[in-house]
This record gives sequence, C-alpha cells and structure tokens, in this order.
Amino acid sequence: MKKLRKKVYMTAGYNTVSLGTGRREFHPKKPRPGLEHYISEAGKGVLKQIGGADNVDESVIGNFMAARFNKQANLPGFVPMIDEKLQWKPAASVEGACGSGGLALTYGIRSVLAETADVVLTLGVEVQNTVKAIYGADILAGAGWYQKRKQGHAYFFPGQFSDRAGVYYEKYGFDKARKGMARWFANAMENARLDETAQEHHNTLPDPYALALKMKPNGAAFVDHLTVLDCSKVSDGASGIAICSEEGLKRIGVDKKDTVEVMGWAQVIRDITNEPADPAELEAIPRAAKEAMESAGVTIDQIGTIETHDCFSIAGILAVEALGLAPKGKGADWVAEGNTSRDGYMPMNTTGGLIGWGHPTGATGVHQAVTIWQQLTGKANKAQIEISDDRPYGMTINMGGDDVTVIAVVFKRG
Amino acid sequence: MTYEERLQNVSVLGSAGKMGSGILLLTAVEMADLALKPENKDKSFVLNAIDVSPEGLSGLMKYLKEQVRKVAEKKTVLLRKIYADRDDLVENYDIIDEYIFDVMNVVRPSTDLEATYNSNLVFEAIIENKDLKVKLLSQINNNSTTDPWFFTNTSSVPINILETGAGLDGKIIGFHFYNPPAVQRLVELITTDKTTDEIKEFALTYAKNLRKTIVPSNDHAGFIGNGHFMRDAIHGMNEAEVLAREKNIPLFQAIYMINKVSQDYLVRPMGIFQLIDYVGIDVVSFIMSVMNPHHEDEEISHQLLNKMLEQGVKGGQYSSGAQKDGFLKYKGGRPMAIWDTHKQEYVELEKFQDDCNEMLGSLPDSAVAWKAIVRNKKKEELIAAFVNDLKSMEALGAKLAIKYGKRSKEIGEHLVGQSVAHNTDDVNTVMLTGFFHAYGPVNNFFD
Repeated sequence: MKKLRKKVYMTAGYNTVSLGTGRREFHPKKPRPGLEHYISEAGKGVLKQIGGADNVDESVIGNFMAARFNKQANLPGFVPMIDEKLQWKPAASVEGACGSGGLALTYGIRSVLAETADVVLTLGVEVQNTVKAIYGADILAGAGWYQKRKQGHAYFFPGQFSDRAGVYYEKYGFDKARKGMARWFANAMENARLDETAQEHHNTLPDPYALALKMKPNGAAFVDHLTVLDCSKVSDGASGIAICSEEGLKRIGVDKKDTVEVMGWAQVIRDITNEPADPAELEAIPRAAKEAMESAGVTIDQIGTIETHDCFSIAGILAVEALGLAPKGKGADWVAEGNTSRDGYMPMNTTGGLIGWGHPTGATGVHQAVTIWQQLTGKANKAQIEISDDRPYGMTINMGGDDVTVIAVVFKRG
Repeated sequence: MTYEERLQNVSVLGSAGKMGSGILLLTAVEMADLALKPENKDKSFVLNAIDVSPEGLSGLMKYLKEQVRKVAEKKTVLLRKIYADRDDLVENYDIIDEYIFDVMNVVRPSTDLEATYNSNLVFEAIIENKDLKVKLLSQINNNSTTDPWFFTNTSSVPINILETGAGLDGKIIGFHFYNPPAVQRLVELITTDKTTDEIKEFALTYAKNLRKTIVPSNDHAGFIGNGHFMRDAIHGMNEAEVLAREKNIPLFQAIYMINKVSQDYLVRPMGIFQLIDYVGIDVVSFIMSVMNPHHEDEEISHQLLNKMLEQGVKGGQYSSGAQKDGFLKYKGGRPMAIWDTHKQEYVELEKFQDDCNEMLGSLPDSAVAWKAIVRNKKKEELIAAFVNDLKSMEALGAKLAIKYGKRSKEIGEHLVGQSVAHNTDDVNTVMLTGFFHAYGPVNNFFD
C-alpha cells in the first residue's frame, strides 16, 4: 500500500455502552434497546460533535449479522432515523464478520481518498443478546466456512481458538501460556473498569489474574483449551466516528488537535476455506499490520499503543507475536511480564479490548478507532495513558473470522 | 430384564401434576438418551403420561417442550456428538430441535389407565390419597400384561400400606422426589420389608443417571422430609399463636414475626409460613392428616391450617410456577401482606412491619443472609458466630430464634429416635438438599 495521496482524519468518536452480562443494568429477561436505538445513539453522538447532519456527505454502517440476530437487513435504511437530514444522502453497510467495523473505516477512508465525500459518518453496530449464547454461537459461526460447521464445536469460534491455544500449549508450554493469558484477562479488567461504557466497567473481581490462572479449561463443560475468561462476551453496542478530509474538518469546525490522522492502512484477506497453516501462528494479521505500517512509513517501535482484536486471550498473545513485539512462542511471556499492561512498554486495548470493553461484533473495528482517537487526543478520561513524543502513533487491528478479514490502521494525532 | 428393557415401557400416573410433570420430564430425557444409543436404534421406548385431566396433559406437553429445550441447551456439546452422523443437523438450532422432538416422541399422553397395562415400570405421583393410590395400583397390577414394578412418589403414606393394600408383594418402592423434581437433587428412597433387591438396585441406577442424591428413609408416614417439615410448621404456628396472646397483638402480626424469625434469624431460604404457602396450605394439611393416624402419642395437625382452608385461602402455585396467596400475599414472588383471620382480608406489611421489627429488635452485626452464604465454604463459621451473638442477646427475635433452632434440632433427633432416619446425617442431608437449608437441623449452634 502506497502512502495516502490525501490527508484523512478521524474525529468525534462516540461509544454507546457495551451491554451484556457484567453491566449492572443488564437483565437477560427484561426488554432491552434494539438495533434502532444503538444506531441512533451512536449516530447522534457523532453528529453532536460535528455540527449536525447537514455536514455529513454520506454514511456507512459496519455490521456482521443483524440478518440473524435481529432478523434485519438493509441497515442503510436506518441511517435517516438518526437525523432526518441524512435522508436522500448515500449510505451503505459493509460486512466482513467481526472485521465489519474495520471495513466501515476503510469504506470511509476510501470515500475521502476518492474525493466523493469530505465527511463520512462511520458507524459499527451489533445487537447480540437477542438469542442465548448457544444459538448465538451458530450465528457467529457464519464468520467461518459453513461447510466446516458440522464438524465444529457447539461453541464454534471458541472451539476454533481453543484448537489454536491447544497447539500453542503443546509447542511452547501450558503453564507459561496460561500465565500470559491470565495477565491478558487481568489487563482487560483493569482497563475496562476505567471506561464507563465498558461491559466490564462494573467488574469488582478482587484478583482477576489469580482467578484466571486458577480456572482450568474444561472440555466437558465448554471447550478443551479455553475458559470463559479467555473469551469476549456477548455484547450489544455501537460506536461511531467521523472520517473527514481537511476540507471536511473545516466544514465541521473541528480543530486538528482534536483529530487523529490516518497515516496508513491496509486490509488483507486469507482464504476462508483453508485451515491455518500453523494454528499457533497468525498469517493475515502480520501482513495487514506490516502493510499498514509501511503505508504510514513507520516501524513498530514508533507506535505507542495498539488496539488489537482479542476476541480470545490467545488471539491477543498471537497478535503480539504477529506484530514482532515478541518472538514466536514468547508472546505469552511478554504479556505475562506486563509489557502490554497500561503502564507497560506497549499498552494494548487500553479501554478493555474485546474481553473487557465488549465485543458487539460489527462495532468493534469502529470502537478500536474511537479508543485510539481518545488516547492520542487526550480524551480518554480515567483510561488515559501517556503518549510519548518519540512514539506518537497508534494502531488498530480488527479481525473478521479466524484470521480471515483483517484491517489495520495507523494513526497519529492531527 | 435389564435396566434398559425395564425403561422401554414406563407409565407416570398423575403426570400433569407438579411432581408428576417433573418425574415425566426426567424419565423422558433418560429414556430418549437410551433410545438414541446406536445399539438401541431399532427398539421402541414408550412413556405413558397418564392423568385424569386432558387440559393438564395439554399443559404438560407445553411444559415438556420448554423444559427439554433447556436440557438440550445445556448439553449441546454432547448432543452434537450423538447426532454426529446426521448430516442434515448442522447448527445447534437444528440439533436442539431434533433432540426436543426425540424426547417428546417417547411420550404418549393419555387419560386412559389401560395404557399402563403394558408398562414394566409405573410411577405413581397422584394426590396424597391412600385409598385412591391403592385402587389404581391394584387395578394396574391385576390387569397388567407384564409384571410391573411400582415406584411411588408419596411423601407421607407408608409404603407397606400401599404394598399390602394393592397386593404388590415386594414390587413397590418409595421414590420420593422433592419439588420441583427437575431441579431438586434429593430423593428419599423407602423400601418395605419385602421390596426386592432388584428393584432397589434399579432405583439406585435410575437415581444415579438422573444425578439425584439418595437418602434412605425408613417406612414411617412422612418419612424424613415431611417428618421434619410438618413438625417445624406446627412449631411455627404454635409460636405465632403464643406470641399473639402474650404480646396482645393480632395474629397476623405474630405470623409476620415468626416468618421473619424463621427466615432471617435461622438463615433459611424462606420463612416457615412462606414455605407452607409454597407447598400449599391444603397439601400441608392433607399430609398431616395422612401422617397423624400413624403417630399415636403425637398430634400432627393444626387448627390454624383448617381455619385458613375454611376461609378459602390455600396457597400453592399456579401452573406457571407463580406463588398463589396463602398466609402471605405475594407480588412478583415477594410477600406484600399477611392474611388476617379475623377480618378475613390481607393487611399490607407497610402498615405494621416497622412496629413488629422493633419488637423483634435488631439483628447483630454478625447476621448473615441465606443467599449470601449458602454456597460459602466458611458458612459454618459464619452461622456459628451469628447464632452465638443471638444467644447472648435479650431481644425478642433472638429468643424466638434460639427456641426455634432448638426445636428444629429436637425434631431431627426425634426422627432418628423413632427410626425414621438411620442417622442424623441423613436428616441433615434431607434438609440441606431437599429444603435448601444452609445448615442441618441437628447441629451444635443453638445448644
């Protein structure tokens, strides 16, 4: 990917609450807000910061499976519900499983680069608590190859990543891997508690690390190599952000210091019908990250914080290795040593990531961009980390399926 | 006849009732799981759901469908393996739906007793009416084409009376589930002098497969569970009447106070009057009337129950599981008012509970709530500390609680003394698992 031929900015990020077990206001048996509410809340949250809907040229929604979770397709039709002034303007929805939010970002970036829009209202949404987890597993399995569903686990995706974890344990050692994964969970809880919209914001576990380390995977009850603490939860939520050109920023009256600039980005696809060559290794994520950094003209040591797709703790560990932060088989140690903690060398998922903040699947890519925007512009409130001048970049890595649809974006404060 | 052969044709009498429906559910699932084994592919498994009420049977089928779904959702990992060779079943949705069908497919609802005549095993879960039980069991035994075994769920009638009355001669065993059978882990197992070893062995295997905890009880009316509960209830009602007289307060206020003491002070899941409502005032009264003739030196009855029933207040539950009003009036499962037997109306708690609570006095700081400690590994210590503080207090509530706890222990020891239970451990197990108490009645806390 070449350097961007035009400056692209993101600003006015907004997150709804990630609702699901863990949030005090969540009651599985009581009625909850639907798709309409989340699209509307996130959309309005962005519009309020950019001078209203008049300033928007077009809109895009990242969503994975509203067609099954909510029996609803044609999501662009909901955009005018955010604000009637969005009616008669273009809107689209994009899908790449849990990478849908990241694809929505690339849609907005492309529109600005193509000069067909100066302000793109970019949303991601998923409302998944409409079905019990055992049925949600079927729906989420759509991110894999359907021909493999029959052989797959009842909890299909936990099953996939359990297999990866199993190989990792075998190759590099169970105990140290579990230490890294327990630390990953503990970091997620610590960070999520600092963000009011996080699903685990109300988490009060006295010692998340000890609990995660003590809990052993039990294949009879769940999957062979992961515990529930290794998994992101079922979430309802939406995130939004405005993607703008320089002209767009002038139009909406937002100062560059309140924006992040897209320095580079990449998107790669791995063949969904192929098994991973080595389950203990990711293939698409390192390629996407490498290309995004090349496009931005930066190296990993210039990056100060990363939002990575930790749908499972093992995915976080493998991403650390895929990014070259630790050699193969050493990612778990690197995490266990605290390098990815909020005060570590490379703070990752500083508002909790998928395990802590939540994983409304189609919204995650957008949520990651919102977190990076918050961190680089000093708007992360209690979750704020320090960004040093010599490592001013932030990166998001959003993954759809089992390392299939991957989007990486490199940002710097505008 | 093997375990599996025995379960190829089963009948449940009273299957639309609260207990019968649960027994039917558990048995249907067990039978379907056997039917799904590859080696049983060509065998038929039939479970006759017998009840006098067609409406009840219709409701039963709806209940079954909902409950089997829950069962299936909990064991989908296993079901995917069981249906591994079914290419048409891909998603969890498909597999769960198929399992529901396979379980329902075992069940034959009927109002016709003749349907039971081919069964190898007959579960009896009809009302606690000895004569009716004897009549039905005898009719089936006399007309059966097989040589059936009889499992009775009676909670109060001595098994040997049914055995003799129906001429079953060793072919009967007491297999007493707790309410609701699908949830409660406890089963009281009662043999007669003649009950065969084969039946007992089968019963133990069946209980194990249903993941139930067996406590053997001797064949005394009421067995262990009701043996304790009925006497505990009588104590509670007596205490309320004494309290009303001594303190010169209306009975409904005393009922409120004893209910509170037996819940909050004794750290139980519900107060004694709420428990009577839960089981049903009519059912409690009926069980006492069955037990009473078998206890010559002890009166097991209470006029307060009769008075409530005369006034048309019965408690018990709706088919949805919601609580009907009894001594207490409920809203969303929570007590809101207490029945005034004089004015024959409910009196809202808010009108008097502050005064009553003041009379009881405040709980010590060491007080623990049932919900908070029932699964706590250190609950024994916590309860000991709480009860110790109660013992040192002069407050009315503390005094009533200590007396209540002592009486509960006395009842437990009495059950062993009367050879109803083999030992105090069995009594404690019944109260812990069947009544969800946080501690067994036979303890040293209150001494």
